[in-house]
Amino acid sequence: MRAFVRDTAIAAPLAGINIDTDQIIPARFMKRSRADGYGQYLFHDHRFEPDGSPRPDFVLNRPEFAGARILVAGRNFGCGSSRESAVYALVDYGINAVLAPSFGDIFHSNALKNGLIPAALSEEIVGELRNALNAGPERAVSVDLEAQTVTLPGGGSHRFPIDPFWRECILKGVDEIDLTRGHLEQIEAFERRYEQDRPWVVLP
Amino acid sequence: PLSMFDKIWNSHVVVARDDGPSLIYIDRDMVHEGSFHAFADLRRRGLTVRRPKQMFGTADHYAPTAGRSLAHAATPEIGEVLRKFDDNMRWSGIRHFGLAHPHQGIVHVIGPELGITQPGLTIVCSDSHTSTHGALGAMAFGIGQSENALVLATQTLWQERPKTLRITVSGKRGPGISAKDVILAIIAKIGADGAGGHAIEYAGPVIRAMTIEERLTVCNMSIEAAARFGMVAPDEVTFQYLHGRPFAPAGDLWEQALTYWRTLPSDDGAVFEREIEVDGSSIEPMVTWGTSPEDAVPISARVPDPQAVADPRRRENSVKSLEYMELRPGQPMEGLAIDRVFIGSCTNSRIEDLRAAAAVFRGRRTAVPAMIVPGSTQVKREAEAEGLDRVFREAGAEWLESGCSMCVAMNGDRVAPGERCASTSNRNFIGRQGPQARTHLMSPAMAAAAAVTGKLADVRRLPRAG
Ligand code: SF4
Repeated sequence: MRAFVRDTAIAAPLAGINIDTDQIIPARFMKRSRADGYGQYLFHDHRFEPDGSPRPDFVLNRPEFAGARILVAGRNFGCGSSRESAVYALVDYGINAVLAPSFGDIFHSNALKNGLIPAALSEEIVGELRNALNAGPERAVSVDLEAQTVTLPGGGSHRFPIDPFWRECILKGVDEIDLTRGHLEQIEAFERRYEQDRPWVVLP
Repeated sequence: PLSMFDKIWNSHVVVARDDGPSLIYIDRDMVHEGSFHAFADLRRRGLTVRRPKQMFGTADHYAPTAGRSLAHAATPEIGEVLRKFDDNMRWSGIRHFGLAHPHQGIVHVIGPELGITQPGLTIVCSDSHTSTHGALGAMAFGIGQSENALVLATQTLWQERPKTLRITVSGKRGPGISAKDVILAIIAKIGADGAGGHAIEYAGPVIRAMTIEERLTVCNMSIEAAARFGMVAPDEVTFQYLHGRPFAPAGDLWEQALTYWRTLPSDDGAVFEREIEVDGSSIEPMVTWGTSPEDAVPISARVPDPQAVADPRRRENSVKSLEYMELRPGQPMEGLAIDRVFIGSCTNSRIEDLRAAAAVFRGRRTAVPAMIVPGSTQVKREAEAEGLDRVFREAGAEWLESGCSMCVAMNGDRVAPGERCASTSNRNFIGRQGPQARTHLMSPAMAAAAAVTGKLADVRRLPRAG
């Protein structure tokens, strides 16, 4: 996975709660190979008019949020479809962290596997942060995975939770498949026991 | 005393860590065309699928509903995704059901139908509605492509143990109330983020009295309340359903499996981290008005007024939803004119769903275009053997080949911009059924009622046919 330690960047406040992965990337773009980059499809139908021109009112199209690498969103961000392409779109666009009160469970897992930091902060902090970002002029936020903190434009710092296991993996950019293959002996031992206990599960 | 979830989880732990996730053994991975990223990852690494016999593949998300060959694909790009799927399946040695295979169908329909889904199994699929399989007492959950690649390569996944939530549906369903109404009522009550981080066990007399197909509908939509897992304890109904299915254990193995399956239900006194009770007797036919499945109300209700919503964020969303849906607060749901109807998806495309729809179509004519897409090729055959296809055709509805179709509009079947669709699928998200499409979720009987009246209607009060 992609390593991440810390970043300070412009944060863009996204309106709404329950932003589902269909909003993050519409299904019709998912046929494409990752090699072509998914960033162009991020929030496609919110970012662009049907004729392909950018919608000036969408947050990522506003000049004050140009170059944003951090996204601030409402609760249950990334709910809905399991499409990892939602995370690909965010990562390929250049987003390194999403700050929200809560995340869709599958989105949360997918984000971790791609080194995208899903930092959960309280409803109040996220609300304040959105107001501050909309008001400006200070719009830089720091996300520090090592310290597990988010530092707001005003300077206040808040801790966010993350499993130590995933924190370690992302800090070091550990490859999950390699790591797990390191446990193959245990997996095989499990299977031998399992084949005895539940032979119907193991298909020939 | 342990919950069913605890029992299944505990028996699948390969490595337990104290700093977060455990390494969990995965019994079955079901793949579809959208899984191509995972296969690309394996190939790039020079790895193979470790236990291909425990995996199953089916073409569903991109499957053309007009016919069963690649030539029917709506665009060359879609044809390419389908071709790549066949290629990945041959490369990996995974047993798979391509477009023309008699076992083809939506992954969550064929799993149970073929007996691949069984109590006590851990089942994953790169699709969020994998919770469906929990209806048979499996621990089934949706995963992304990185996780998919990991399972294919190692048969395991790192997972944080979710909290447990029991939803007890008490009382008795009224006449004409479907499983879809029950789950929409639950989601409306607990919210689209109501069960985040939880594994749901559905219990209580209303759930117990359901057929397996009805339980599948309930578990299917767990993810719409943010739960990755939804389960029902296996019982005699489950065992009867599974017996004799192609991939269910047979002979001595069946007896052994049965003995184990009977130990799975939650023990008396098992503690759930959360408990919610829903009065099943008061549930009415439900329809959605907004762009989240939590926006569900009884058909007799009116479009809610966002100003009455206490939570400011939910209020803001309601305003946007109404704008998108082109609805006014206070407008009655009943009588709202619709442009088309979609009956299908892994929520409601099994034979009982089609029978419920056919009962409404029989002797009536559609007032708007209606598409009926069976959940699997086997369901299609079964419906045809019962003559349901004739009922649909005589009513003026389209009877098509199986797949996900207009649930997700990936195969080219889509709702036109601005159109209002009565749909038996599971998501009314903005643009889900096509850019600018407006979706109202409901049961198959309610969707059929909408088809024959051209409006949202209470199926229980439809004028008599013919
Ligand atoms: S029918 Fe819809 S929800 Fe179900 S698997 Fe297909 S796309 Fe997903």
